[in-house]
Formats: sequence, C-alpha cells, structure tokens
Amino acid sequence: MAEKITLQDHQMERQIVLSRIIIGGILSFLLILALFARVFYLQVNQHDYYSTQSDYYRISVQSIVPTRGLIYDRNGVLLAENIPSFTLSLVREHAGDIDSAIDIMGSLITLTEEDVEKFRSRLKNRSVPFSSVPVRYNLNEDEIAKISVNQFRLPGVSIDAELVRHYPGDENFSHSVGYLSSITESELKAVDPVNYSGTHQIGKMGLERFYEDILHGQVGYQTVEKNVHGQIMKVLESTDPISGQDIILHLDSNLQKAAVDALGDFRGAVVAIEPETGGILALVSKPAFNPNLFVQGISQKDYAALNDPVLSPLFNRALAKYAPGSTVKPFISLAALNGGFRTPEDTVHDPGFYQLGDHKHYDWTWWSNNTGHGMVDMQRAIYQSCNVYFWDLAMDMGIDPMHDFLFRFGFGRNVSLDLPQASTGTLPSRDWKLNTLGESWYPGETINSYVGQGYTEATPLQLATATMLMSNRGKWHRPALLKQTGLDSSPVKQSNFLPDIEINNPDYWDFIAESMEMVVSRGYEGEYRTSGSAYDYFAGKKPLKYRLAGKSGTAQVIAIPDDYDRADEVPEKYREHAWFISFAPIENPKIALAVFIEHGESGSRVAGPIARQILDTYLLDEEGELKDEYLFPQISEEAGQLESELRTKDTVVGSSVENINSLLEEERQLAILND
Amino acid sequence: MSFGLRDLSRRKSIWESLHIDFPLLIALLILLGFGLMVLYSATDGNLIQLRRQVAFIILSFFAMLVVAQVDVHNLRRWAPEMYVGTLSLLVAVIFFGSTSGGAQRWLDIPFLPRFQPSEIMKIVLPLSIAGYFSKRAIPPRFKHIFWSMVLVLLPAALIAIQPDLGTALLIAVSGIFVLLLAGIRWRLVFSFVGVAILSSPALWVFYMSDYQKQRVKTLINPQSDPLGSGWNIIQSQTAIGSGGVNGKGWLNGVQSRLDFLPEGQTDFIVAVLAEEFGLIGMLFLLILYLVIIGRGLYIAAMAQDTFSRLFSGSIILTFFVYVFVNIGMVSGILPVVGVPLPMVSLGGTAILTLMVSFGILMSIHTHHKSLIP
Repeated sequence: MAEKITLQDHQMERQIVLSRIIIGGILSFLLILALFARVFYLQVNQHDYYSTQSDYYRISVQSIVPTRGLIYDRNGVLLAENIPSFTLSLVREHAGDIDSAIDIMGSLITLTEEDVEKFRSRLKNRSVPFSSVPVRYNLNEDEIAKISVNQFRLPGVSIDAELVRHYPGDENFSHSVGYLSSITESELKAVDPVNYSGTHQIGKMGLERFYEDILHGQVGYQTVEKNVHGQIMKVLESTDPISGQDIILHLDSNLQKAAVDALGDFRGAVVAIEPETGGILALVSKPAFNPNLFVQGISQKDYAALNDPVLSPLFNRALAKYAPGSTVKPFISLAALNGGFRTPEDTVHDPGFYQLGDHKHYDWTWWSNNTGHGMVDMQRAIYQSCNVYFWDLAMDMGIDPMHDFLFRFGFGRNVSLDLPQASTGTLPSRDWKLNTLGESWYPGETINSYVGQGYTEATPLQLATATMLMSNRGKWHRPALLKQTGLDSSPVKQSNFLPDIEINNPDYWDFIAESMEMVVSRGYEGEYRTSGSAYDYFAGKKPLKYRLAGKSGTAQVIAIPDDYDRADEVPEKYREHAWFISFAPIENPKIALAVFIEHGESGSRVAGPIARQILDTYLLDEEGELKDEYLFPQISEEAGQLESELRTKDTVVGSSVENINSLLEEERQLAILND
Repeated sequence: MSFGLRDLSRRKSIWESLHIDFPLLIALLILLGFGLMVLYSATDGNLIQLRRQVAFIILSFFAMLVVAQVDVHNLRRWAPEMYVGTLSLLVAVIFFGSTSGGAQRWLDIPFLPRFQPSEIMKIVLPLSIAGYFSKRAIPPRFKHIFWSMVLVLLPAALIAIQPDLGTALLIAVSGIFVLLLAGIRWRLVFSFVGVAILSSPALWVFYMSDYQKQRVKTLINPQSDPLGSGWNIIQSQTAIGSGGVNGKGWLNGVQSRLDFLPEGQTDFIVAVLAEEFGLIGMLFLLILYLVIIGRGLYIAAMAQDTFSRLFSGSIILTFFVYVFVNIGMVSGILPVVGVPLPMVSLGGTAILTLMVSFGILMSIHTHHKSLIP
C-alpha cells in the first residue's frame, strides 16, 4: 500500500485535538449535569407524586368478606352453612386479549353463553382496576385440574376458593330460611357499599333476607403489597372482618320434615307454633324448591320449572291468605260468649238452612239428607260445625264485634316478628268495606263472614297464631322464627308486644277448648249427629294419647250454585280448600298447628289426618306414648315438693327411694285419672 | 482539568511499570463494586446471575491488564486487517448468525464461546478510523472524511440490519467522535446536523418503523399507552421519583422487587439504584462516571501522538454517550433504546469490551515512545 507522504505539523495537530477534547469534556460535564438536574427534578420536586404512584401500583386495599352467620334449628341442626367453592376469575389488566382467554377457558371447561355474558357484564361493571372478576363459579376438581395445568396459557386467570352458602335441608326449609343469591345493582344501592365491597351475594328471601344485617357481619380489610402479576407479596396491615352472627331458630327440623312428609303430594302449608314462646316450630309450604339452585345463579330451565302456574313452588302458601272456612267458629263463639250475645246454653233450631229475607242459606247437612241438626247449642255447633247456628249468631251480633274480637287474635294483620312477606289476610268490617271497596255493608255478607267465607281470609300462619292464643288462654307471644342470635345469647323474648286477650269469664277458654276437643274425641252416642266432625279421623280411628283440641274447615273456592249436582266430580281448581287447626295437649299446650290443603276438599277427612300425623310425631315417643317432657307439669312439681319434704325427714332411711318412687307413681296415676 | 500536569521527568512509578493507571483503576473498581451491590438487589439476590457477573468482571479485569501491556501502536499497525476481519464476521452473522430475542447478533464458531462481533467492532472501529487519520493531515480533508464515513457506515449498516439499531448508532458515534476530535470543521458539522434536522420528517415518514415512532411518541407522552410502550418509562420514573433524596435503602426498592420495573437488571438498572439509594446514590454514581470520563479525557489530552489522542478520546467520549443515553432514557429525557448502563448492568460481554477499552486507555497512558524530556 503506497502511502502519500504528508508533512504533519505535530504541534498544530495536538492543539486541534486538545481543543476538541476540552470541548468534549465541557459538553460531557454539562450533559451529566443535565442528567443530574433531571434526576433531581424526579427525586426532589416530583418525589411526592411518584411516591404516591409507587404505592398505587403496589399497594391495594382488599376487602375480606366476613363469614356469613350460620342458621341452626332449635336442636342445633344446620339449616344454612358455608361450604368452600372454587371460582375461576380473571384480572383484566393481566389477561391480555379477553376473547382468546375466554376461548381457551371454554376449551378446557364448560362455559355456557350465559356464563360468558354474565362475565362480560361483571367485567364492564367492575370499579377497581386490577380486581379479579369471576368467570365461573363452582368448579369441580376435574375443572380445577384442567385450568391449573393450562395456567401458563392463561395469564391473569386464577382459581379462588371462597365460601358459598349451602342449605343441607334442600327443599324442606326453602320457604322459611329462604336463600342467598347474587346482589343486583339496585340491592347494592340499598346497602352500605363499603360493607358489601367484597360480598357477591345477599339474602333474597325468607330469613336470609330478613336477618341480612345480622348474618352478613362487618367487612374486614387488608392492605397488601402486590407484584405486577397481582400476586400478594406481603400483607402490610389488616383489619379482621367480624363474622356474621349465627342465628338459632325455633324451627324443629324433625317436625318440619314430619310436616313435609305428612303433606305428601298435596299442595298446601303447615304452620306449627310453640304456645309457650310463640316460636314457629314448623313452617312448610308445598310444593317447595331447592334453595341451593339460586346460590350460584339459577339456570333458565330450572327457573322456568319454578314458575309452573299451578304448582308455583316459589309461592309461600303458609303466608298466603285463603278463606278460613269453619276454623273461625271457635273464635267467633268466644266472641259471642264474651260479648254476651250467647250463653253456652242458648240453642238454635237448625232445619238444614237459614232463611235471610227470601234467600235460603243451606247448611252442609242439607246436601246429604235434606235435614238439619235440629236443636243446636254452642258446643254442638262447634263440634258438629253447624253453619245455621253461626248464621243466626251473625244476624244478632253483626260484623263489627266479630272484627274487633278476631283482630285481637291477629287476624287482619301481620303480627309476625320476622315474616314481613306474610299476607295480612282480610278481616272485614263496615269500615274496611267502605275504605277499600267504597261500599256499605250488607247483612248477607255478615252471614258469609261468620263461617269463614266471603271477604274473610286468613293465612295458615294467622290460624296457627290464633290457635296458639286459644291454647294459651289469650296469652300473646309474637310468632317468630328467630329464637336467639349467637350461640351464647339468651333467647329473644317476644312477649307483651300485644295486650293479652282478656275474657269476662275465663272459664269460657276451657269451654271452647272442650268443644274443640269434642271435634276429635266425641264419639257416636246413638243420637243423631252428636259425634265430633273429625272423630272418625282422630279418636275414632286410633285412640289419642293426649288431649287434643281441633277444628276442621272446608272453605269454598267459588260460590257453588244451589242447583249444582254435588255428585259430579268437581274440577280440581274449584274444589274446596281443606283446613285443620289444633293444639295439644290441652292441659299443657306444646304445639299449636294449622294445616292447609289447597283444593283438599275436606277439612276433617284430608287435613285432619295430616294434622294428626304431625302432632303424633311431635308429641309421642318411640313407644307411641306422650313424651315425658310434655306431661302435665304440676305432677312433677308436686312430686318434687313431696320428694324434698321426704328428703328433709331424717327418719326416712333405707327404702326411702322406693317409697318416693311409688308415691310419685301414685300421684301420676291420680293426675291421669283426673284428666 | 483538576488532575494536574504529570511531571514527565520523575521516576516511573510501580503502577506505570505495570501499565496501570491508578486513578482510573480505583474509580472503575468502586463503580464495579457499587454496580454489583445494585445488581444484587435488582436480581433479588439471584446468586447464579451474580456469580456469572463477578466471573466476567474478574475475566475482564485480567483482559484489561493484558491489553494495557500492549503498545497501541502495535494495534494500529494491524488496524486494517482487524477492520476487515471484524467486518467479515459481521457479514458472517448475516448468513450464519444465531438468533436470539428476534435479532440475529450472535456467532457460533466451533471451539470458541458464542460472541457478538459487534462487540469487537466497538473497539476496532475507533481504532481503524483513528489509524486512518494518523497517517493523514488533520483537520481532515473532505475526501478523507468521505472515506472514513464509508468505513464507519459499513459496519453500522451491518449491525443495524441485525437489527440492533442502538449498537449500530453507538458504533457509528464512536467513529464520528474520531472525526470530531480530528478537527472536522464546525461549519461541516453544523450543516450536517442542519440537514439531519431538515430531513427528519422524511425519516419519520419513510424510514422509521412503527415501534420506533412509538418510542418517540412515548417519550413525549408516556401516558398515551400506559400499559404498553409507556409502561417501562412510567415505571422507571416512578422508581426514580419515589426514591427521593435518601432512597428507600438497599434491597428495599419495591418497583423492581415486585416486577413492576421491567429489565431492572439490565437496561433499567439505574432506576433500581435511584429508588434504593436516592438522589445521594445518583450523585455518587454520576460523580464516579465524571471521574472516569475526566480521567479518560485527561489521558487523551496527555497522549503523545495524534493516533493515541483520537483513539482514546473516542473511547472515552463513547463511554460518556453510553452513560448519557442510558440514564437519559431511564429518566425519561431520551427515547427508549437498548443501551445498558456501562459497568453496572447485567451482561458480561459488555463489561469485557469496556474493560478492554479501559486497558487501551491505560496502555496509551503508560507507554511512551521516548522519555527524553
């Protein structure tokens, strides 16, 4: 390589390069200073802003959902519990393309169009960035495995375990306990949004709804440090949630199941109340539905099935109003005695019909053999369910005294503690008709009202409540499902919220109770129509082991024309409703019961045996005898006194225990004989 | 310069006989040590990566010592051959190179570790251009400028198509620095810059790819795509800004530990440093760099011939550009280009190249043609 020889001026070259190096040095220094200025600006001037930003990225406040309170029956049987469930959820910010994520998830597990649609709407409505949105609830183990194995294809997708409500009783308690389901936006507006920040579900029906505040609890928080993938690295600070309180109900699941079984395939309702407390022992409406279907979103198909117009399983018959029929007669009788309209001895002649003006009202006896009861007193009017007696009474007494008296028994209003959805029923009066229908009262309407027809309507709950009052001799306890909140607390007292019913002569209570006992116990004594109307289905069928007061009711659904041929088969929807109210044991009431059978045709024949089956289950022990704890309490009290007296005597030695026992046995026999 | 004039008449020190520049060595060691500390935090205590880095540092240190023993004029003599050889390797990359991360940068030659020829070019190019001008009069004539620019643009173009635009630009810059130091007329420089500015809209429309445009847009407004291209810069500025004056303390930085800061061990490591050591740490780092750059410029100024001055001046100014571009990018005043923080970022080969170039500086400073005063 031939190089051109150039004369180089080394001194000049050095000067040139040196000057450029100095310029480079100055520029470098200035630019590094500029970097420092920039860093200074970020770290000093903007420090607060970026500190906040840094915390915003890494720190998130998470709500910790409080554990919902459990629901127990009176025996400690769980009616609503929380079981773990696995939810597939997704964090939008980490998931990348949502559609492809849905496709991948859909290829691994079942995702219906409904699931996807619901997920998209939840995604749209979420308010907190980086929050996980549920895609599908209730994954099974297989699905969990499939998602987990493919986790790497699904950024931002996770499986979260959470507790979901479960009702072990399935259909049995759906109409009392109710159910929990997803919160709707309007429901969320009605609750404290902070307290519900992590809660997906809310009580929709029954007690789950009524005691929502108690059951839900107080939300907790944790401030967590999350990495960019949304994983929690550290809990910085936390406030524990306060679990919802457990609640214990008066419900007796054994009795409830017995009632469900006793109803069989009938549509209807059973309400049982404990007279000593007003506690609702059983509240059954059939057909029922499985509340577990609602917890994680009910499918269209299942929901359609629940909307069958005839079966209507979602309809709570125990709280719906129906014509009560003859079940009101004992209460009206008491009203007549108390108001001085009748004495127990007053009689009425019943030819089989009652003539009001030029219209004849026929009694039920007329249709069987065109005769009446003849001379009827109050007791016979009750146990034979004689309409003519009450029609006659109706004309003497009028509608308003009946209204005023029955109102004190809870008719025409909803007095329950925790069943706000219950109907108030209808207890007609002159004012009522004027206010609601704008019409004046007609005497014929009084006649209908006195036999539980016409405007008069009552719910099974109201009839059970009124029966409880009858058994309690007017002592009020507010009907309630709730027994106590929290396992350690004392039962909630529901007494004295209404004035007890005072009667001029308290013996009338016993008189009515005896009359009601005759309904089930008075046998045939050779004379015409002198047996109890339900005798054949109670004492006449199988001896009663306890003293039972009852009253049947058969309520017309539509007015049947007088010329209707009653031999014909009546279409089911026009058949009469069947009722049976009862309480037992009379001397020591433990249960007041109302049984309602929709289109059951006959109170005594259809509703009666169902009532008996329920009562026997509740009151009798395995040997078919009255349970010891339901024995008349005076026996044991007196025996206790006797026992302590005996024990204080120092002279009693050796065989004293046998003595006491034999004495006790004597006392018991004596008491039973007295009854 | 505050380093004082060297007394040429005094006796050779022990460092000089070992061909080591003591001030530069100390500054480099402090920087490497500080860098390892930051890296330890940035890798979340990943000892495997850390050991690898330490091994490379030790290797690089010895490479520096070895290179320092070689008189650069021996290198200059072989410059044309080295230039052609390295250029051939770059061509080979195009045909035989292995691909990694979407770019074809590596060369696998049997019995040799996998390497990037572009790393070699970082040294060979300034060496070649400086060598070119050592035999020609400076300030350079237009003809020489033209041919030297051809020498610069050839490897730059080969690297740019790998694609590795950042390295291509920096290698081109190292060649251009030689031209600037050689006294290229300011009129020429400014007119070139003027043309570049005027043609930039055309560049934007016809040349720049979408992702490059996005990077520029992101620089202007990172919030335009906060979860996409803006993410890195938002997170790095957040890390720096949240560090404040005193920093959050070593190992206490959250932005990288929680993976918010991407590439916290490599290109964005200065954000980790700024978060944990604050403004004080940044000041310390920048002063360290200033010391190294100042010492390098001093060595260039003190060099005994034009070749040595041009070569060493280009090396140290290129080093400065690395520092400036990286910190400028991470702190949000420059668009995001893939440039690591020299001596600190994870990556052994980059440190090896840098230490070799510092070895060259030391060699220039300690080899003297004659010591006659």
